[in-house]
Amino acid sequence: MTLDTIASILKSALGDIPLQPDANATPQALIVERAHILAVCKTAHQHPELYFDMLSCVTGLDNGPQANTLEVIYNLYSIPFNLHLMLKVVLPRESPEVDSVASVWRTADWHEREAFDMYGIHFTNHPDLRRILMPADWEGYPLRKDYQDPQYYRDIKIEY
Amino acid sequence: MTTNTVQYKYKEGNLSRSEPNKLRPENLRSEEMIVNLGPQHPSTHGVLRLEVLLDGEIVQDVVPHIGYLHRCFEKHAENLPYNQIIPFVDRLDYVASMNNEHAYAMGVERMLGIADQIPKRVEYIRVLVAELNRIASHFIAIGTYGMDIGAFTPFFWIMRDREHILRLLEWASGARLLYNYIWIGGLFYDLPVGFEERCREFVQYIKPKLQELDDVLLQNKIFIDRTANVGVLPLDLAINAGVTGPVLRGSGLRFDLRRVDGYSVYPELEFDVPVGEGKMGNVGDCWDRTYVRYRELHESIRIIEQCLVQLTGDHQRTRDFDPQALVPKKIRPKAQDFYVRAEIPKGELGFFFRADGRNDIPFRCKCRSCSFVNLSVLPEISKGILIADLIAIIGSIDVVMGEVDR
Repeated sequence: MTLDTIASILKSALGDIPLQPDANATPQALIVERAHILAVCKTAHQHPELYFDMLSCVTGLDNGPQANTLEVIYNLYSIPFNLHLMLKVVLPRESPEVDSVASVWRTADWHEREAFDMYGIHFTNHPDLRRILMPADWEGYPLRKDYQDPQYYRDIKIEY
Repeated sequence: MTTNTVQYKYKEGNLSRSEPNKLRPENLRSEEMIVNLGPQHPSTHGVLRLEVLLDGEIVQDVVPHIGYLHRCFEKHAENLPYNQIIPFVDRLDYVASMNNEHAYAMGVERMLGIADQIPKRVEYIRVLVAELNRIASHFIAIGTYGMDIGAFTPFFWIMRDREHILRLLEWASGARLLYNYIWIGGLFYDLPVGFEERCREFVQYIKPKLQELDDVLLQNKIFIDRTANVGVLPLDLAINAGVTGPVLRGSGLRFDLRRVDGYSVYPELEFDVPVGEGKMGNVGDCWDRTYVRYRELHESIRIIEQCLVQLTGDHQRTRDFDPQALVPKKIRPKAQDFYVRAEIPKGELGFFFRADGRNDIPFRCKCRSCSFVNLSVLPEISKGILIADLIAIIGSIDVVMGEVDR
């Protein structure tokens, strides 16, 4: 199934929402506005012609202070149709908030916690948004491009 | 650092600030208690900490705490050229390094567009070593699982047999566990002279040992009683939670990326994909998951035999064969986003790359690790069970904490 077909199926279900194809991605990608991501995911999950029943991966990404955006990238896979789709959401760095899709796929639960941990992306309506890999009292978001390594943690000097 | 400096100042509450319990004591009913399991506990397979809410012996809730083995793989990957990331990739799932390297190298080759030029001999060697390592990894999974629930002997038998694999791989690559053998565009070395013969001997040696393992552990009455009908993972939950590998196949779905995606030379090889059939209890219980792993050992051996036929037949060693011939001097993929996935012993290992096209360092390299996802299903399937069964479930999921925490 081509990307245009997927986009038109999503559009016919959700109304004429902006879905911009991204030619530079493998598998095929759509750029979704952040207001629509939950609706798009729900439709992609439940629509009988798409049926993306597996969420492979949720990636957080920082484009750096100059571009001033963060991104969340969802890799969807449909087992019955052997179909791949990548969804991208671009978020401003000042207010990195996006709806959680943990209600659609349970996979998103821990992956979104990881994106929150590493990038400070806030997933609204997430069931349990805590840090997952770093200690709970860690300061800053380590995978952001402008992250400064701390000198001390708990009075322990961190030497590199 | 001089030895007499104080490295750590003890303060009350340091521990509870860095990794606080999710469950609060004031919200508990009077008969409930919170028990902390791990991170230093042999049955948690590494540094996994479980916060268990108990009512007597009944588990009410489990909250996994991970991150104790976090080694900043993704941060390192943003500062290293593609070829220098391979040793870090080894250390993700450190009992199946070849499989990790295979997935990673394949992804970068596809990004560079050289994936279809890789010589067949290189691909067959890759599959051969990856399947050898898959056997070693499943040996660990089954052996330690037996030990978790009280069977000590099979662990020693299996470690003895695994040693043969590690020696073979050491012979090929120079390292016992963390190989750095599969390179982007090729291999570090060709197989050493005589490897194929030794590998054939190993296959002959291992076949009766597998039967022995089946007899002594998997068909053992005590083992069946401990694992059958325990931790049943329904298929819909498994798919929704993104579980892959033997855990998903144990729940009854014939889903193996070696078949589904058909990468490398797997389409040319004959092997079956075993699934859980609920022979001892319900489909998707701990016994099914373990038995899927056991049957995959046989399939891996079939693959190894076919690879050996190819490597001594159509694609045999020649004097002028250079496994590094295609290794690029400068790895600079054009600007793109790329997601690659491959089947490693524990499930789907995925890498998401963003290349900016100006650099030989990835802009972003995210590792989608299967143990991480498989572990996240643990709280769902361990409600209302006995605490001894919780240990059985953790073992049957077969997590490697190096891959969970990355």
